[in-house]
Amino acid sequence: MDSALSLHRLHFAFTVTYHYLFPQLTMGLAMLIVILKTKALRGGGEHFNRAARFWAKIFAISFAMGVVTGIPMEFQFGTNWAGFSKAAGGVIGQTLAMEGTFAFFLESTFLGLFLFGEKRLGPKGHWWAAFLVFLGSWLSGYFIIATDAWMQHPAGYTIGPNGEIVLSSLAALLLNPWILWQYTHNMIGAVVTASFVMASIGAFYLLHRKHEEYGRTFVRLGVTSAFIASILMLFPTGDGQGKNIAKHQPATLAAMEGLFETTEGAPIAIVGQPDMEKRKLDNPLFVPRALSLITYQRWMAEVKGLDAYPPTEWPDNIPLLYFSYHIMVGLGTIFIAVAAIAFWKLRRGALFASRGWLWVLLASAPFPYIANTAGWITAEVGRQPWVIYGLMRTEQGASMNVSAGNALFTLIGFMGVYTVLSILFLFLVHREIDHGPEPATEPAASGH
Amino acid sequence: METLWFCLVAIMIAAYVVLDGFDLGAGIIHFCVARNEVERRTVLRSIGPVWDGNEVWLLAAGGTLYFAFPSLYASSFSGFYLPLMIVLWLLILRGTSIEFRNHIESPVWKPIWDAGFMFSSALLAIFFGAALGNVIRGVPLSPVGEFFLPLWTHWGVTGEVGILDWYTVLVGLFAFFVLVQHGALWVALKTEAEINQRARRVAGVAWIWVVLLTVLTTIVTMQVQPKVWRNLASQPWGFVFPLLAVVGLIGTLIYRRAGQSGEVKAFLASCVYIVGMLTSAVFGVYPYVMPSNTDPARSLTIYNASTGAYGMAVGLIWWVPGILLVIGYFVFTYRHFAGKIRIGEEGEGY
Repeated sequence: MDSALSLHRLHFAFTVTYHYLFPQLTMGLAMLIVILKTKALRGGGEHFNRAARFWAKIFAISFAMGVVTGIPMEFQFGTNWAGFSKAAGGVIGQTLAMEGTFAFFLESTFLGLFLFGEKRLGPKGHWWAAFLVFLGSWLSGYFIIATDAWMQHPAGYTIGPNGEIVLSSLAALLLNPWILWQYTHNMIGAVVTASFVMASIGAFYLLHRKHEEYGRTFVRLGVTSAFIASILMLFPTGDGQGKNIAKHQPATLAAMEGLFETTEGAPIAIVGQPDMEKRKLDNPLFVPRALSLITYQRWMAEVKGLDAYPPTEWPDNIPLLYFSYHIMVGLGTIFIAVAAIAFWKLRRGALFASRGWLWVLLASAPFPYIANTAGWITAEVGRQPWVIYGLMRTEQGASMNVSAGNALFTLIGFMGVYTVLSILFLFLVHREIDHGPEPATEPAASGH
Repeated sequence: METLWFCLVAIMIAAYVVLDGFDLGAGIIHFCVARNEVERRTVLRSIGPVWDGNEVWLLAAGGTLYFAFPSLYASSFSGFYLPLMIVLWLLILRGTSIEFRNHIESPVWKPIWDAGFMFSSALLAIFFGAALGNVIRGVPLSPVGEFFLPLWTHWGVTGEVGILDWYTVLVGLFAFFVLVQHGALWVALKTEAEINQRARRVAGVAWIWVVLLTVLTTIVTMQVQPKVWRNLASQPWGFVFPLLAVVGLIGTLIYRRAGQSGEVKAFLASCVYIVGMLTSAVFGVYPYVMPSNTDPARSLTIYNASTGAYGMAVGLIWWVPGILLVIGYFVFTYRHFAGKIRIGEEGEGY
């Protein structure tokens, strides 16, 4: 592999992985804030408005991080992936331009009104501002998923005379069957992150015995939505996405599962490490026949292993793909268990008194971030060696006029900038959490 | 159809420069017009609710350029790799400076972000100007329409050029003063008392520079890119664009002198001036979107850089209602936050 190509890949992987730490919180939080505002409007009183105002502060910091780290993503299609952009810009440029026009303007306009205009807008107007921020962020997610879905499973295009990819149906691009499960899986993943973060901060207040009224609200809402969302992650969205991969990217499925040989009644490996030299799984722990069952609904169905495909069609980093997939699924399973028990205790009225479980909730916050990140690594490493599945190899997509030295220079630059941003983010969010929700009498000073 | 999308992208870029231009300008001058914390807050509040939306025009214009002219997007973004990355870092610094400043009440914390805000705004103005200069001057395109420019070479405008040369730096400085004036007129419009007075004085000084640099840049542009003059000479109706700029320039002078009653008009005249200058430049290079400075036959034009006919046609179907919606949001927001901000008055916010 050419080193300029590796650096362009690492450049995009690093900046997009870092970027997505922020939208996954804001997209989920936007929904939870709408729920808080709805409760306030439905007679829940000023308590819920104050709770929403507290989360708006966390939201604003995270949103700003998402914006400043998101702009580089749109630029990098051209700067680092000129070959890909030249060939496919006529298609994916559509969805990216639509994101700017329909989602970003909506989001930025109503976020300004949401943060600066509560008094002037009145309770209903402010609810609408919150709702439109939610709508804008989820629309933005849709257009990005539509873009990625096209790279995973191209649709609605023809090949032009010079080999360029030409859009032939906008409807096919926007209604790509791949979108349904990838979008719902991804957005509910964002809700999982926001729910656990909310529950975690609620537990933090309860354990500290401060802002306890808010702590109970946050734990109640966080645990309830975490419970619903983590189940939806498994079924139907995760299941549907898995079937998409089995159908359209079978070599990827085999690599994710570490299935080297075509097997009837294929097992699922819970743990184990792929050994690419001997082409087997070391130290495996199997659930017999489970893979055949969940993929084809038959115990003895044949599942194609990697041996059914030439190695040139294999994803180029199978261990990374295998581990990220297993981390995602493993954590997803733990989320269901934790959220279910916490929800059951909440229903019985025993959660707030159980310090042990509050500790568990407190510690839960980082893990959905890991699971969401691992999920995206699974999707994108799984797509390799293609940048557009079946159409364009990744090595054809990179900017060949940008040398390895220049790519390394800017990669290091981004690493430095993002290190500083991380410190600032943690510092500011820590201050807000420490400060806690305010009584309604004095809305904090303005200016933005 | 290619020409239509060329015009639409140009309109979006012009919207970006006019809108984000005033908050960039406000960033450049805020140390000059605001002398203490209360005044500085007032300047920031004049752009607080709108700057982020203004910046979205850059993304929307970039996205539109991407799908309508994919080859241009690929070629220019990879060819201008280094300055674009620097622009990204400056945008990050600027965004965080505005957003994070007011989270902590501290005499140590705030000046850092104020300096970051000014530094990034000033450099962005210069870089955007230099970018325009590069597009007018042309770049050494390969037979497949690729290029890669270092940040600078010998500072000349022919042969092995760099991003920065005497011409592009001149255009960069020009853009800097244009946005200083634009930002100062905006701040004057949104404030009163001392800040208003100082902003007017800044606008007055900037006006002189803008006039001088307009004349100078126009003359040298005709030398650096002869096509500009050829386009104007062959299609004299195109003189309407530079005329628009002249009208705008005179308008800023007259209305600025008219006092309080002319503030909105002075700002709008500055908008007209900017639109006039940008459209003149765009008209001057048409149908090129990226001229070659070595072999004109290699230039990227609206024809060889555009996407398929279906993509452009279907794009119009969503673009028109989309942009009408956006105009609706902007009218709503600017009306909602209309009027002067009183010094020391604290609005809502977090």
